[in-house]
Amino acid sequence: MTRWTPDPTFYPSPRDASAAPAETLAYVAAFDRSASRPDAIAVIDTDPASSSYGSVVGWTDLPHTGDELHHFGWNACSSALCPTAPHPHVERRYLIVPGLRSSRIYVLDVGDDPRAPRIVKEIPADELASRAGYSRPHTIHCGPDGIYVSALGAGDGDDGPGGIAVLDHTTFDVRGPWENDRGDQYLAYDFWWHLTRDVLVTSEWGTPSMIENGIDPALLLNRQYGHRLHFWDLAKRNLVQTVDLGDQYQMPLELRPAHDPTKEYGFVGVVVSVEDLSASIWVWHRVDGSFEVTKVIDIPAEPADAADLPPALQPFGAVPPLVTDIDLSVDDRYLYVSAWGTGELKQYDVSDPFHPVETGSVRLGGVVRRQAHPSSPSERLAGGPQMVEVSRDGKRVYVTNSLYGAWDDQFYPDGVGAWLAKIDVADGGGMALDERFFPHGDDFRGRRVHQTRLQGGDASSDSYCFPSA
Amino acid sequence: MSWGQLAALAGLGAFHGLNPAMGWLFAVARGMQERSRAALLTSLPPIAAGHLASVAIVAAVVSATESIVAANVVGVAGGLLLVGFGLWRLLSARHFRWARMRMSAAQLTGWSFLMSSAHGAGLMLLPVLATATVAKVGHADHAVMTSPAQGTPGAALEGLAAAGVHTIAMLAVMAALATIVYTYVGVNVLRRAWFNVDRLWAGVLVGAGALTVALAA
Repeated sequence: MTRWTPDPTFYPSPRDASAAPAETLAYVAAFDRSASRPDAIAVIDTDPASSSYGSVVGWTDLPHTGDELHHFGWNACSSALCPTAPHPHVERRYLIVPGLRSSRIYVLDVGDDPRAPRIVKEIPADELASRAGYSRPHTIHCGPDGIYVSALGAGDGDDGPGGIAVLDHTTFDVRGPWENDRGDQYLAYDFWWHLTRDVLVTSEWGTPSMIENGIDPALLLNRQYGHRLHFWDLAKRNLVQTVDLGDQYQMPLELRPAHDPTKEYGFVGVVVSVEDLSASIWVWHRVDGSFEVTKVIDIPAEPADAADLPPALQPFGAVPPLVTDIDLSVDDRYLYVSAWGTGELKQYDVSDPFHPVETGSVRLGGVVRRQAHPSSPSERLAGGPQMVEVSRDGKRVYVTNSLYGAWDDQFYPDGVGAWLAKIDVADGGGMALDERFFPHGDDFRGRRVHQTRLQGGDASSDSYCFPSA
Repeated sequence: MSWGQLAALAGLGAFHGLNPAMGWLFAVARGMQERSRAALLTSLPPIAAGHLASVAIVAAVVSATESIVAANVVGVAGGLLLVGFGLWRLLSARHFRWARMRMSAAQLTGWSFLMSSAHGAGLMLLPVLATATVAKVGHADHAVMTSPAQGTPGAALEGLAAAGVHTIAMLAVMAALATIVYTYVGVNVLRRAWFNVDRLWAGVLVGAGALTVALAA
């Protein structure tokens, strides 16, 4: 049912959203690597005044096993205020939760009791395949005209092309594939857009057969994983331009466009360069009508004794940083970069996107370092900061530690564990771990944890059509 | 058309102009995007033109049909259609889908035409349009203006005049609201003030349909 006034979590501009109240709950995707128990959405109390602050206060098991929850998103967000197709009286109350391995998509209602998400719909894999021609659904974004879902694979088999499916805003039925003309785009992963510019951007990882049994060293060294960005006409739904970063830059993954709707740049993180194992951050930007993509940050590999390394890395004698997620604050000032291999979250001031300045760093876990959390100083942590989520006001950052089931096992063969850490951001830059907030281990009931979504929206959930005046 | 009918047309025009979905908010967004009040102001005429086209088609069809078919038949049939459309708008949660933001003036007119048509903007004028002839036949002494000509073209022309009056009122309200929000208030006001016009709109459609049937039958 629609509301009489707009959903209070919809904001016309990024500045309005930055003034939003602090989140009191976080939703975290938790999956069972063995696929013997169901995956779940865990609910974490993020209200510092609450007695259950930093603990799991809600848990919704899914009805099947083997989904491998990964990313998820909201049914509606601030883009509902966009003036060409406004629908501001819908509610932000459903989480759209894809199973990356099963290709099922769940719809969970958090409106009645935000601490007890309730499953209200299940879209079977064959509906996604037959209506849209896709499988392995991944990123969710609430669009002005529907819910967009990226998918890594084609509807049949384990290969491409991957692409984007569109779900109906109200019924959540699969409407069909988004693309009218995909050109030579074949690999898929993340997508986001510049709504006011009619531009959609997509990145490349690999097809299901290239990733589901672990990272394939032969494919990597032969530079077969993705290394391109695609720029599309959001309205005509066709591919306009492809930019190749160079095939040594394997796996450009997460895309973070500026939230300011008058800007037309954004950041993408590249997992690894096969030449020196470094990771990098690039900026896409418009020059004389077409897009260019410029490298602005290099993060070098850290040398290590082979004895300290898992078999997959021993031939290299170094730990690659493995930048697997990045997140841009709503005011477009700070970029957060996860180095999952070396176990570090970096903060950069990107007020000038072409000249980032590192302003903070937090170490946790890491392939070699195994940095402990201050709340549990004797516990060597596996995994590293991976999925990053930034609160709307930019004052809090949440990180979880699992990358992807099969890949976790290669880089952290003795077990990746499960943890969610919260980091406080100082005014003017700098970060510090919150010692009161560290759900981990048994708190997650043997599941691994991936994406975090904050109640009411976060830095990677909403798009805005009105500039901050 | 009587003065009462003109006032009703203008009032409905103001109501349409008030709805952010009908265009003034888009004009504000274009102004803010370009940081230019001129971009806002030049967006308004194409939006009004699209609305005019949408409303004029309905008005011309109703007026022309009435010159051939008995007015009360048009009133009853049109009124029932309106009630049905209004109920569908009220009960359906579907919303207008359009992905493009950057538009030429011609595209803006097209967008406004489709947006107005999807919302049944022209249909809402049915009680006024349909009863114009009923009033003329039944209560000729109340009419201050007479049909410019007997027969279809003349009647259609009167429909167009009705659409014009309606659209001028709509444009005036749109321009005022867009300017106030752009210049003084800011779009954050939408978070509290964007009353669910769509639901009210659907209610008005149902009411207008019922009224048309009642007056015509």
